[in-house]
This record gives sequence, structure tokens and C-alpha cells, in this order.
Amino acid sequence: MKTVALALFNVVLLVVSLGAKAELVIEITQGVDDPTAIAVVPFAWQGSGTAPEDISVVVQSDLERSGQFAPVDRRDMLGFPSTQKDIFYRDWRAIETEYVLIGRVSSTDQMRIEYELFDVLRQASVYKGVEQGSPNEARMLAHRVSDRVYEALTGIRGAFATRLLYVAVTRVPQGKDHYRLTLADSDGARPIVLLESREPVLAPAWSPDGKHIAYVSFETTRPAIYRQNLLTGAREQLTNFRGLNGAPAWSPDGRTMAMVLSKDGSPDIYLMDLASKRLTRVTRHYAIDTEPTWMPDGKSLLFTSDRGGRPQIYRYDLASGQSNRLTYEGAYNARARVAQDGRNVVMVHQKSGRFHIALLDLVTDRLQILTSTELDESPSIAPNGSMLLYATKFQGRGILAAVSVDGGVKFRLPARDGDVREPAWSPYMSR
Amino acid sequence: MKHLPVAGKAITLLFTAAFLVACSGSDTKESDEAAAAAAAAEAARAAEQAAAAASSTEEARMREAAMAVGNVFYFEFDSSTLTPQAREALDAHIVLLKSNDQTVRLEGHTDERGTREYNMALGERRANAVRDYMAGSGVANYRVESVSYGEEQPVGYGSGESNWSQNRRVELK
Repeated sequence: MKTVALALFNVVLLVVSLGAKAELVIEITQGVDDPTAIAVVPFAWQGSGTAPEDISVVVQSDLERSGQFAPVDRRDMLGFPSTQKDIFYRDWRAIETEYVLIGRVSSTDQMRIEYELFDVLRQASVYKGVEQGSPNEARMLAHRVSDRVYEALTGIRGAFATRLLYVAVTRVPQGKDHYRLTLADSDGARPIVLLESREPVLAPAWSPDGKHIAYVSFETTRPAIYRQNLLTGAREQLTNFRGLNGAPAWSPDGRTMAMVLSKDGSPDIYLMDLASKRLTRVTRHYAIDTEPTWMPDGKSLLFTSDRGGRPQIYRYDLASGQSNRLTYEGAYNARARVAQDGRNVVMVHQKSGRFHIALLDLVTDRLQILTSTELDESPSIAPNGSMLLYATKFQGRGILAAVSVDGGVKFRLPARDGDVREPAWSPYMSR
Repeated sequence: MKHLPVAGKAITLLFTAAFLVACSGSDTKESDEAAAAAAAAEAARAAEQAAAAASSTEEARMREAAMAVGNVFYFEFDSSTLTPQAREALDAHIVLLKSNDQTVRLEGHTDERGTREYNMALGERRANAVRDYMAGSGVANYRVESVSYGEEQPVGYGSGESNWSQNRRVELK
């Protein structure tokens, strides 16, 4: 009974918005060498009163954050056209603009954003679109505009209209730290605290449809895996085994959860059928087997094991039941995450005593170190495979940082206060 | 560790003996029996007292020894091998644990380097190394619970070996 009382006291389930103000601050540190110059002209507001959100500011910062674009400063624009006939291409050529994005926003019950992208050199329309939705979702609509523009110009689907999970921690000297499992837009805006606890909260993970999350909470003074419905807030404790209960990872079809349990002695990978809660043991080894993650086809799992003496990445094939070692470079490779292409694998890699994020190309078998910070962990790839978020330390504080998969673009997302860690980038959100 | 009320038991027994003496009647026959009972009770009481005194002194001595060595045992990087100092300190706790039936919780911790879930497993391996050492000295596994916190609860928050070495530990509670 003591445990129940403690649990109620230790943890607060919340779905409280902290307002539009982001907890995370974005600092771009490195972009591509020759970014595309794009003018995101302020979108014309055609509703009554003032616009609830400056859509073009959201789009502009999305494009800038990708590192592939150099947005034109509004103060340098010679005019704010909102229709094609108002665009004077020579004005844009004069300030070396390659593309111009214009738009119109109206809002009654629904917000409607009409936008069109023009190529200045060719003097032609490149892409034209409309986004519609609740005015409360104005920022998400703006991110969808960014997704379309990004795809029109790069050929890669945008991942701006996605969300992040992360753990924010406030240190309490001589006391118990304060943990907040937080959900925010991909740019850190609109943070919502999903769970508050004085005991550790870690390993947040997404269901493939983006509707559920899983995590590990120590609220009962022991680790347990929980699943939470983001829409209803309904929460379920999935495990309560002696020893480790950790590293939940949803299968691509959403039916199975891989996890780490040590109930049978040493840490091994298990699969839980989420409908029946039946467990299947995957690995059987006296060494540490942990950090499972699924290949996008759902046919194999990658995991970390120190069965060879030091932690390395292994691949377990579900059909054959065989495990094969994937990493050989370096004495420490752990916590892999796989891009949707099934080719790029990111992981924590130790070199000269420092922990970096590295990318292993499964086709060429080439390992490339992407980061130059030194206590990097918890990489999480965007659903379009272009960028990854990870946790690191900067000026003594835990911060989130991002890097493109080619290492060319970097930005930091420190919290305004305290430490942030364990970013989990959502899958594409269904509309 | 939970302190068992050994001294408390002795006090209860003393009180029972005193109660028996006080209840003896004034009737001659009964008073003879009562006197015999009282004498027996008196003897029992003296024996109890002596035993309790001896055991509480011994208990207190063992408890002091365990407290003197502390309840935190430290490890090398990525290692779950008990250091000679840790073994020596644990021996004092084992002597105490073998004299009673208390249960203990072993909380395993790591430093911040490496990944969180691997560290969770490493913390458990450290706690289990302590558990196994205790089992080897006769403290049954069912009395010991291992819980790993990985790198989640550092003692020293900063980076560098001076903080890291404080954080690679098992706490006996």
C-alpha cells in the first residue's frame, strides 16, 4: 500500500500547455556552404482583427533551421506582394533572391492558408498549395506550408509538421530532481508537460501512428514501462518485473513492443504483444543486451550488446533467430536508431574517450562521425531522414542539439532553464 | 537498513515479568505457588536481561562497524568488479546482516558517460555484483533487491573524473 500512496504523491499526469512560448531556444551554429536564398514574404491577413499567428515567420524559421536556406530579411524586401501579379522579379533579382514565397491567410471557423512559390530566375510558379485547419493549429498549418515548400525545392519530404518528446530536468540541490516529460512542436514551440515526477523518467518512444507514447518511470521507486494515449491521456503500466524494465520500442506495425527486462537474470531483449501482453524472449545471453530498435521493415532488430567484451551494435533477425555484429570500428557503439530508408544507422560512438554521434551506412559499411561535442547521446532521426536530434552537454548543462545526416548543418536547442535530454522525434503525423 | 527493535523486545519481556509478580495473590497456598512462580520469573527475567544486554551490545557493535565503513561502494569505469576496499566495507555489513533478518535494497549507479539504457544495465550489474558477493558470504538473495538508476541520479553533477568517480557506485539501503 505504501507503494500506491507514493506513486500518487510522486507523479502528476498533466496535459497543461505552457503557452506558445517555447521552453527550447534555437541557435543555428552551422549551415550549408551555399544556402538557397528564399524570400518568405509576410502573408496577407484577410480575416478580421489581427492575425493569430504570423505564418510567414514560422515558415521562415523552419526553412532557416534546415540550414539549406538563407531567408531574405523582411527589411530588405522592396515590397510585400501577396498575389502573382504584384511580384516584380527585377526587385528580387536585385537582392539576389532565388525563390519567393507569397501567401494569403483567412480565418472564419477554419483557418485557410493559400500560398505559392516562385522561381525568380525562371519567373515561374514552382508550387501552389492550400492548408486548412483549426485556428488553434495555426502553427501546425504553417509547418505544413514549410513541408511543401521544402519538398518542392529539395525533393525530400519536409518534417516540420512533426513533434518532439523530451525529458526536462530541474536539479534540486540536496533533494530529488524534478522530471517533466514534455511534448512540443518540432521547433520547440507549444510545449506541453505530459508527466511530472520526482523520480526518474526516461526512454520516451513514439508509436508508429504518433498517437501513443511509451516511457520508463521510476514513480513506484522501481522502473516500469508505461504507455500513454496522447489524445485521451489514458495511461497503462505495461510491465512490473523484478530488475530492469526499459528501452521500449514500438514495432513498425504498432502491434509489438520490444523492451529490455532482466527478470530472468541478465538484461535481455523481449517482445510484448500489445494486445495479449504476452512476452517472447528474443536474446539469451549472460552479457548486457539492451537498446532494441526496429528496422523499418519490421523483420529485424538492432540492439546493443557487450557479449564481445565492449558494447557494440548487433542485428537480430526475427525469422532465423540469429544475431550478427554490425559495428567493428571503435570500442563503444551503442543505442542505434535507423532512418526510414533502412540504410542510415545513427549511434553513440566513442573515440579518444569522447562520445559522439556517428552514422553507419549499411550499404557501404562506412562509419562517419557527425558531431564534435563530447558527451553526445540519445540520437533520434527525423521521419524524413534528413536531420537527427541528440542530447549533449553545453556549458555544463544538458541540451538538445541537431545535426544533418551529412554533418553539414548544426543547431542547438538549449532549454531556457534546467537540463533537457532524450529527444524523440515523432513519425509523420496523420492529419 | 531498517532497525529491528531488539531492545524493545527485552523491555516487553521485563514488563510481563513485573506484571506477573504484581498479580500474585495473598492466599497462603496460592502465595507459595506465587512465590515459586515469582522466583522462576525472577530467574527468567535475569537471564533475559543478561542475554538482551549481551545481544544489544553485540548488535550495537556490529551496527557501528557497518556505519563506520559507510553504505556506498565505488567502481572503476565500465566495471562491475568489486574493489578490495568495497569488499572490506561490505564484510562489515555482511556480519551485521547475518545477525538479523533485515532486507536490503542495493541501488546501482553509473557516471554520465555512455548511453542511458546501457548504463541502466551497468548499474544493475554493479548492484548484482554486490548481491552475489553477499550471497557468497551467506546473505540469501531473497533478502536483497537490486535496483539500477543508471546515470539518472548523480552525486556530483559536473563532468570530469572527480565527479564521475563519485557517481560510479552502489548504495546499500
